[in-house]
Amino acid sequence: MIDLAPLWLSFKLAFITTLLLFFIALPLGWWLSQTRSLLKPFIEALTALPIVLPPSVLGFYLLVAFAPDSPIGAFLLHTLDLKLVFTFPGLVVASMIYSFPFMVQPLQSGFESLSQRMIEASYLAGKGFWQTLWRVALPNIKPSLFTALIVTFAHTVGEFGVVLMVGGSIPGETKVASVAIYELVEQLDYEDAHIYSAILLVVSFVVLFGVYIFNKRFRVARA
Amino acid sequence: MIEIAVKKQIGNFKLDVALSLKRGEFVGIMGASGSGKTTLLRIIAGLENATGRIVVGDEVWLDGKKSLPPQKRSIGFVFQEYALFENMSVLGNLLYVSKDEALARKLLKIVELDDLLDRYPAQLSGGQKQRVALARAMMRCPKLLLLDEPLSALDSSMRLKLQNEIARLHEEFGTTTLMVSHDRGELLRLSDRIYQMRQGKFAEVERNPIIDAVRV
Repeated sequence: MIDLAPLWLSFKLAFITTLLLFFIALPLGWWLSQTRSLLKPFIEALTALPIVLPPSVLGFYLLVAFAPDSPIGAFLLHTLDLKLVFTFPGLVVASMIYSFPFMVQPLQSGFESLSQRMIEASYLAGKGFWQTLWRVALPNIKPSLFTALIVTFAHTVGEFGVVLMVGGSIPGETKVASVAIYELVEQLDYEDAHIYSAILLVVSFVVLFGVYIFNKRFRVARA
Repeated sequence: MIEIAVKKQIGNFKLDVALSLKRGEFVGIMGASGSGKTTLLRIIAGLENATGRIVVGDEVWLDGKKSLPPQKRSIGFVFQEYALFENMSVLGNLLYVSKDEALARKLLKIVELDDLLDRYPAQLSGGQKQRVALARAMMRCPKLLLLDEPLSALDSSMRLKLQNEIARLHEEFGTTTLMVSHDRGELLRLSDRIYQMRQGKFAEVERNPIIDAVRV
């Protein structure tokens, strides 16, 4: 029987990353959609970096930053008792950075497409920022919200370079499916590599198919 | 009594306006596009910053640069483009403002939408949407109702109907109303006074001759 731990680890990592990123990217995506600040292009460029950079570059810098002998790594280890190199929490932090644009950008463009008057109508109804965000803004960008969540999840499941650099390949701790497949192929164990790959392929397709069906329905309902 | 004296500089454009409204008064502001009418309403609502002073009864909404946020101003605002909450039903749009369901039903009866409570904005015509927006604006029982060209996207028969509903709401709730329009006939039908706005300033004020004639 094939070891399912790497698959389970991939999905666990993707779930935690998506959940945490949502709460961080939500206020930032909102801010980016509303601000006229001169800082906006700077922040936008910074958040989009993981799309452009090779994962190995990102993984390398994160590895250097998280290392116990670096200032950041030392701070994390001694002050917060957090070891991020070759550990699961390290994978979560690295994945959050790596998948950041995939959460922020759909949310931002969703918020930008909202009628500014509708948002103002909520303020004029006496409602504050958070209530406006939860009850008016988010429900009206459901396709963008759905896209942000699913693509972040799928992108995290699909990452390879960053998790290999930051996580190493410790079975049960940091050896996710994509890394496991790479190792199986290196060992010429094509049969198990096929099983992992096929599972990832089917799950990914079903998830994306679901997103497109949902978004189509939402648009038809609104038309 | 509502006292407004505000200034705002936007590039070369300078808005500098003072007016006062008596309680229950209906005042119209007329002017070409770009004359600053909408900006003035947005300043009064707290959606744009400005300097000056706005006093409504015993509340100070703007003093110098110190400004009360829109949430704390007792305002009803109707936008030209409806601005309904698309994810909420007709009734839901009103109840979002305040949980007072009796008031919501009463308002929707006045604007003749009491049989469309469960519809969503996407299922309504332009006239129906604007009537929802009008009813929604009254849900806070505002001290000041601001109407920003509310009827200009509608056809003429719908405009007449809505003018009557605006007049009815204004009377029934005793609100003070400030309405912006570029349609003189519309303002003559509704307002006590009409200000003519040009390049950010009030050029002239006229008492409504029709209303004066009726009163004599």
